[in-house]
Amino acid sequence: MSFTLPELPYAYDALQPYMSRETLEYHHDKHHLAYVNNGNNALKGTEWEGKPLEDVVKGSFGKNPAVFNNAGQHFNHLHFWKWMKPNGGGDKMPGELEKKITADLGGVAKMKEDFAAAGVGQFGSGWAWLAVKDGKIIIAKTPNGESPLVHGATPILGCDVWEHSYYIDYRNRRPDYLKAFMDHLVNWDYVAELYAKAAK
Amino acid sequence: MSALNMSTNGYAIDRRKLIAGFAAASVVSLTPRAYAQAPSGPFRLDPLPYANNKNEPHIDAMTMEIHHDRHHAAYVNNLNGLANQLGGLADKPLDQILVKMTDVPEAIRTAVRNNGGGHANHTMFWQIMGGSGGEPKGDLKAAIERDLGGLAKLQENFNAAGGRVFGSGWVFVTVAPDGKLALTSKPNQDTPLMDGQRVLMGNDVWEHAYYLKYQNRRPDYLKAWWNVLNWDKIEARYADAKAGKLTI
Repeated sequence: MSFTLPELPYAYDALQPYMSRETLEYHHDKHHLAYVNNGNNALKGTEWEGKPLEDVVKGSFGKNPAVFNNAGQHFNHLHFWKWMKPNGGGDKMPGELEKKITADLGGVAKMKEDFAAAGVGQFGSGWAWLAVKDGKIIIAKTPNGESPLVHGATPILGCDVWEHSYYIDYRNRRPDYLKAFMDHLVNWDYVAELYAKAAK
Repeated sequence: MSALNMSTNGYAIDRRKLIAGFAAASVVSLTPRAYAQAPSGPFRLDPLPYANNKNEPHIDAMTMEIHHDRHHAAYVNNLNGLANQLGGLADKPLDQILVKMTDVPEAIRTAVRNNGGGHANHTMFWQIMGGSGGEPKGDLKAAIERDLGGLAKLQENFNAAGGRVFGSGWVFVTVAPDGKLALTSKPNQDTPLMDGQRVLMGNDVWEHAYYLKYQNRRPDYLKAWWNVLNWDKIEARYADAKAGKLTI
């Protein structure tokens, strides 16, 4: 199964003013597309050709950087578009998820603060995460195309902190971007859906 | 609650280290003049040695301004914020700190590596730009022909290396004490100075270096960059390196 670029689940201008149309056009149409195309080229003739994406990501990690970087970023971006929605973010989330976040991460406010700190603390390109590991929700950060998937955990929320994700709208102000992401963009229903699957 | 640092090492870090790892991106809403208000300390941000628009049209004035006044300033500010934890090391020249990172207290080692590397890399970067490209002369021209196959070949290999950096990083030409040149690349703000080498020249391929003008087109940026090089400065760095006088 080769990689294909999905359509965005909302209009390009749907996340304004927190994420501009221009950012989404470059991010989805250029960056994500490049991961798809480069990934398909890198996969050719490897043992991972035709395998499910998560198997490619996990299997190529530490073994084949060209496959891993592109497959990893394809996986990350597939979810990233769904982790956002117009009028998202804030503190309202499905009850089970909220309970678990309160139990494991000291409450929603604390989680938001620590998630943003993880994103700011990721030096260079990478991602900030909520993930399920050993039955608990944890906060994590990873460089470049890595995700909790290759560290024995299941990602349920990720924020792209590569500069291409925010430079047009926020320049060097990564903290402002992370705050806007948490306050106005997160699709908590999708996070809850992934949490429920991971908790099974 | 600690954040887990899922790097390739997979080690968990505590919150204190996470904060110490804050980098350029941790500075919120700096005003354009913020660099002039930097907390005092042993590390200093020199002004750009030319006007923000000097590298137009290849590198736009806005990019130069944000890159120098905010990104580079943040590295310097963060470094000065760590100075009291550096002890006597803070009085040493930056290249001497970076070459022996094991002497830096472990709690601030990552932060010093990131911000110290960022300070050194950008200091070199501003210096070698502001020119009008062209070709090197004399000794340096001969060395590029001898070690790197000539300027055209260097440009081709250098740009290819820049394209291969996945995520943030730099491409460098290093210079040995005997004048021998080599091409290398590093992730994030790492620098060959950390390996005890000297940097002749280097290009920043963090997205912040080119995104406002080139967006996803890093190869176009890499190609255009050669048009703003100041070969007189690079030749001077080469002579200094051979004389044992080149630092960062």
